[in-house]
Amino acid sequence: MGLFDYFRSQKPKSAQVAKERLQILIAHERSAGREKGLDFLPQLRSDILEVIRRYVQVDDDQVNVQVEKGADYDVLELNITLPERTSAH
Amino acid sequence: MSRIVVVTSGKGGVGKTTTSAAFATGLAQKGFKTAVIDFDVGLRNLDLIMGCERRVVYDLINVISGEANIHQALIKDKRVENLFILPASQTRDKDALTQEGVEAVINSLKEDGFDFIVCDSPAGIERGAALAMYFADDAIIVTNPEVSSVRDSDRILGLLQSRTRKAERGEQVREHLLITRYSPNRVASGDMLAMEDILEILAVPLIGVIPESGSVLQASNSGVPVIMDKNSTAGQAYDDFVKRFLGETVPHRFLEVEKKGFFKRLFGG
Ligand SMILES: Nc1ncnc2c1ncn2[C@@H]1O[C@H](COP(=O)(O)OP(=O)(O)OP(=O)(O)O)[C@@H](O)[C@H]1O
Ligand SMILES: [Mg+2]
Repeated sequence: MGLFDYFRSQKPKSAQVAKERLQILIAHERSAGREKGLDFLPQLRSDILEVIRRYVQVDDDQVNVQVEKGADYDVLELNITLPERTSAH
Repeated sequence: MSRIVVVTSGKGGVGKTTTSAAFATGLAQKGFKTAVIDFDVGLRNLDLIMGCERRVVYDLINVISGEANIHQALIKDKRVENLFILPASQTRDKDALTQEGVEAVINSLKEDGFDFIVCDSPAGIERGAALAMYFADDAIIVTNPEVSSVRDSDRILGLLQSRTRKAERGEQVREHLLITRYSPNRVASGDMLAMEDILEILAVPLIGVIPESGSVLQASNSGVPVIMDKNSTAGQAYDDFVKRFLGETVPHRFLEVEKKGFFKRLFGG
């Protein structure tokens, strides 16, 4: 390294900063892009709610749809809380 | 069999039209029957860069809407055999572009025995850009060594992998990275992303690096694709790029600083 480079290397070069910012940003945007494949979730939730209501009356917030991200595959988790059992039934 | 090649970037003003003109001219010079289509409806410019702006009678939208046939609209280049230009419309809006219309145009060019159909994409990710890439076999992703251009290229790669006919059929559009407006001096001083950095971030095979060059402006001033300027570095780099696209192995040039500056010689580096 020359004398000149020594003084210049005190501060990271703007191109280096650009590269690091891009690496972080693009990794983030790529993973967001993959999740886009799951943008049907709200619709799926309301479809499921509709089907369940044909059989049993459940509240809106009793149906919970969630995606668990794994390394190789994702798991779609579906939780439906049935209404409390009353003695009337 | 025709090969359909889209020249795309996401970001505007990075050199798509300059590249489309050089690429199509280079392919035709090497003997391939080539058509280059301007998809930038409303903002046509390819005709100017190709120097045929005064010969435009009909355009892509006229053909799509049935007001003219493809042979009336194609402009035969006066300098290079086998080269044809299909200009964009300047007056109509891009809603006139339809997928069926574009497919019909491409099919008639295929029937006419074109070897290459080069699609000059507009900037952005809207209809014009989406349709320019939809039927592509190959994509030239034009990127400048600059953060917003690299990011937009990554967006475009995502679209090439999901919103094309090839992708819908479970196949892949062949991707080729072309870095343009490259300044070895600024890379050496640490002010510009290096070719290696861009490659590492985008992970797409490199097909060429076009240096920043005053001859590009001169070429556009006179309506002569820069690849015809054999003395300019940009012209030579475009010629190398065309050869690589056709399968030749050609070393990359113009990546190093030409002469060592006074301080570097004095202090090493
Ligand atoms: N290698 C180069 N050296 C110097 N200037 C260049 C180079 N490549 C392109 N330019 C200049 O950059 C500007 C934009 O080029 P061009 O029109 O080809 O970009 P574009 O991507 O087609 O733009 P748009 O997105 O608006 O369609 C022009 O002024 C052109 O002369
Ligand atoms: Mg353009």
